[in-house]
Amino acid sequence: MTYITKPKLHHPSLVKNKAGYTRRDYEGAVSTLCAGCGHDSISAAIIQACYELDILPHQVAKLSGIGCSSKAPTYFVGASHGFNTVHGRMPSVMTGANLANRDLIYMGVSGDGDSASIGLGQFAHIMRRGVNMTYIVMNNGVYGLTKGQFSATADKGSISKKGVANSDESIDLVSLAILMGASFVGRSFSGDKHQLVPLIKAAMAHGGAAFLDVISPCVAFNNHAGSTKSYEYVREHNEALNRLDFIEGREEITTQYDPGTVTTVQQHDGSLLRLRKLGEDYDPSDKIAAMKRVQEGQAAGEVVTGLLYVDPTPRDLHHHLNTVAQPLNTLGTADLCPGPAALDRINASLR
Amino acid sequence: MKPTDIKNPDYFHKVVDCQWACPAHTPVPEYIRLIAHGRYSDAYMINWKSNVFPGILGRTCDRPCEPACRRSRVEDETLVKGKKEPVAICRLKRVAADYKDDDIAIHMPKAPARNGKRIACIGGGPASLTVARDLAVLGYEIVIYDQDPKLGGFIRTQIPHFRLPESVIDEEVGYITGIGNIEFRHQRIDSMKAVLAEKYDAVFVGCGAPRGRELDVPGRQEAAANIHIGIDWLSSVSFGHTTKVGKRVIVLGGGNTAMDCCRTARRLGGEDVKVIVRSGFEEMKASPWEKEDAMGEDIPILNFLVPKEVTHEGGKITGVLFEKVRAEYDAKGRRNLVPSGEPDQHFECDDVLVAIGQENSFPWIEKDAGIEFDKWGLPKLNEATFQSTQPTVFFGGDAAFGPKNIIWAAAHGHDAAISIHKMLIGENIEERPAPGVNIVSQKMGIHEWSYDNDPTVDKRFKVPHRAKVEALKDIMAEVELGFDPELAFKEAQRCLNCDVQTVFEGKLCIECDACVDICPMDCITFTDNGEEKDVRLRLSAPAVNVSQDLYVGNDLKTGRIMVKDEDVCLHCGLCAERCPTGAWDMRKYYMEMTHAEHACRKH
Repeated sequence: MTYITKPKLHHPSLVKNKAGYTRRDYEGAVSTLCAGCGHDSISAAIIQACYELDILPHQVAKLSGIGCSSKAPTYFVGASHGFNTVHGRMPSVMTGANLANRDLIYMGVSGDGDSASIGLGQFAHIMRRGVNMTYIVMNNGVYGLTKGQFSATADKGSISKKGVANSDESIDLVSLAILMGASFVGRSFSGDKHQLVPLIKAAMAHGGAAFLDVISPCVAFNNHAGSTKSYEYVREHNEALNRLDFIEGREEITTQYDPGTVTTVQQHDGSLLRLRKLGEDYDPSDKIAAMKRVQEGQAAGEVVTGLLYVDPTPRDLHHHLNTVAQPLNTLGTADLCPGPAALDRINASLR
Repeated sequence: MKPTDIKNPDYFHKVVDCQWACPAHTPVPEYIRLIAHGRYSDAYMINWKSNVFPGILGRTCDRPCEPACRRSRVEDETLVKGKKEPVAICRLKRVAADYKDDDIAIHMPKAPARNGKRIACIGGGPASLTVARDLAVLGYEIVIYDQDPKLGGFIRTQIPHFRLPESVIDEEVGYITGIGNIEFRHQRIDSMKAVLAEKYDAVFVGCGAPRGRELDVPGRQEAAANIHIGIDWLSSVSFGHTTKVGKRVIVLGGGNTAMDCCRTARRLGGEDVKVIVRSGFEEMKASPWEKEDAMGEDIPILNFLVPKEVTHEGGKITGVLFEKVRAEYDAKGRRNLVPSGEPDQHFECDDVLVAIGQENSFPWIEKDAGIEFDKWGLPKLNEATFQSTQPTVFFGGDAAFGPKNIIWAAAHGHDAAISIHKMLIGENIEERPAPGVNIVSQKMGIHEWSYDNDPTVDKRFKVPHRAKVEALKDIMAEVELGFDPELAFKEAQRCLNCDVQTVFEGKLCIECDACVDICPMDCITFTDNGEEKDVRLRLSAPAVNVSQDLYVGNDLKTGRIMVKDEDVCLHCGLCAERCPTGAWDMRKYYMEMTHAEHACRKH
């Protein structure tokens, strides 16, 4: 009678994608997060994105650290690979996994504590190495599991549930990611799936280090007046720079746009990012301008969202290291241990 | 779209599809839950109050509730390993009757002291019995007239005992007469004026539609000895006057009476029994399950054959000649049966049973009795009050609007009783009483509800039947054995508890999307307001079933609306379970029709 699993019955109009799965097939276990947690909405957006991209679940690797956010991978794409790492160490494990098998789709899920406090160093390095991944931070500005202390991303001056103002400067993961060399950086809000789902799809199709900072209100500890990460505050201060239409592969484009209102970016895999302008002119391929705009927004108390920066021709870690195209974990002994003759040759070349 | 007015009792009533479809509006999910709890007597009493004949209807009801059942819209063929099917509501009703306590009668009301007013009921069938029950408990003195020696009307005479044992009729008729103040007179009424002369305070006519339609083809008169009108023949079988039939029998007609005729014929010596219908198999009036049962007893159903002539030799029937037809539809979609051009077909037989319809017949109501009839020979009635043009005379059941069924007769009876009572205490009978409504939260804890909210994926359970060989040997042996308590529990668990309503309070909502994300049926959407037609298409999943309402909630901070498509909701309560602010709640909506007993209490 208590806490049932989500019934298997579904809407009669539910359809299968090209991979042969319905959206429901991309679900995971029922969430044990607090009712109303923004993280569950992000999980739902990931489910939607994977369904729309016709992804084969067994080709996805979900990695996370410790925290509410890092529990979330259990609640989406159940039939995929998963790894809960030590607190803040998800980037190292993901880098290693990516090196060993470059064919999987890597998704890192982390929180503001896991990435901006204990894991800040690891966060910076995975970005600068350009690991081909989608790194999502479910950012709620508090430590939910330990009852609501400010995290490192809490805005200076925001008020805790107990009424205390935060005196520390906040870490802006978006600015940090752009600075550290991530080639796809966006920010969104768990309460706006129309914006979030295309961003996740585009990030997953991106061939380099893609980072999404998703503001995800903590209903239990950070959804009160005075919080800058509440549903109400984010809705009021959300400054979306663009609306993204993600267009997969070489499919025909059917949507009509008024001239001058759309910027098109073609990613390396052929997918198109169509950015509908909202108000101001904003060029997401200009790294310096992006950093400036994000900082201006921060100063003005705006929550700047949308696709903030993209390098359409990213280079990833495997490119830097010049590894073979075949995943290393599939190479045979003969390739991996070419024998004493090869060793002699290498040694000779170093003499 | 305007926000939904959930204060209107019809709104949530309509969500309970079975109850809405039931002519008597029986609170179905409530009694199904009671059956699951093993509280059979309580389940029986809910039915008894609402539809008067739970044991009878649990075997014979036309069950309009079942095609309406939400379960048949939400099941997934692969999950249930079979086709989408409704909950076996009707057969669960029988479970309540089969397993109730022996002393159930102690829960039933007793007649108070007489109030001095007398009411005559013409005909002893379900409509009259309902009127009698509803009014006897108010102190009225009821006199029921019937031409047959026992009460029950068509329930007793037309429904074969292998479908409805006579003991069940005796029992449930007994509960009504047991109330007191009800007198049965075994007397055929031949004159309405004579009845009116007896100065009853009101007269209720519940005499049914007693005349079987005739077959009008050449040879009918010559072979009359072996051609029987279905309902008269069934009645004769019921009273034991007819005990045999020829080996080869043709049943004409495609309704439930035809099904009863053919199955009865199989038990009285008919070896080669066929049903032959004018229409197509699909358009037959008989309920699908009755057709199935007939075919299960080796009775073929031949369609698109119109009887042309009864063949006979030396005053003895030899068979029936049929013309083969096909259906043609005109521009308005009306069906015409036109000759197919194929050669006529002749079927040999020893007896013919004619079950091609029933008609109302009121030869006993004099033209100058003050009761007007329409051109179809039906009394002119107020559709809500059942009052005829003679103000003290009311009609109900098949006598009112032509042949329907038992559950409609009970519903008519309740309404007519309200009218009679209101009239006799000097109230306006056109003011109808509102239903009694009680709506209560089912929340017991954070993740706990007072109902079993986890929907099963079991497919509909079959009611066990008596072995065919045995069943065909004995006309008194009931074919259906009914669910045992274990099967009944499993079948009851298929009910989705549609009466536990999702109630939304916009002011509490923080628009976190938790309900949208968890809903297994994609029922919930937060979106901009617009015209219903447009809103229906831009929901999480399109709401294409326009016969089902959209629940619109407002008062949201963003100015959007919450739209819930009632069509496929499982009432699993997950929206409320995942709601952090209690904006969603699961509330049991118990709605009971008001009967005569409470109809006039204004306080």
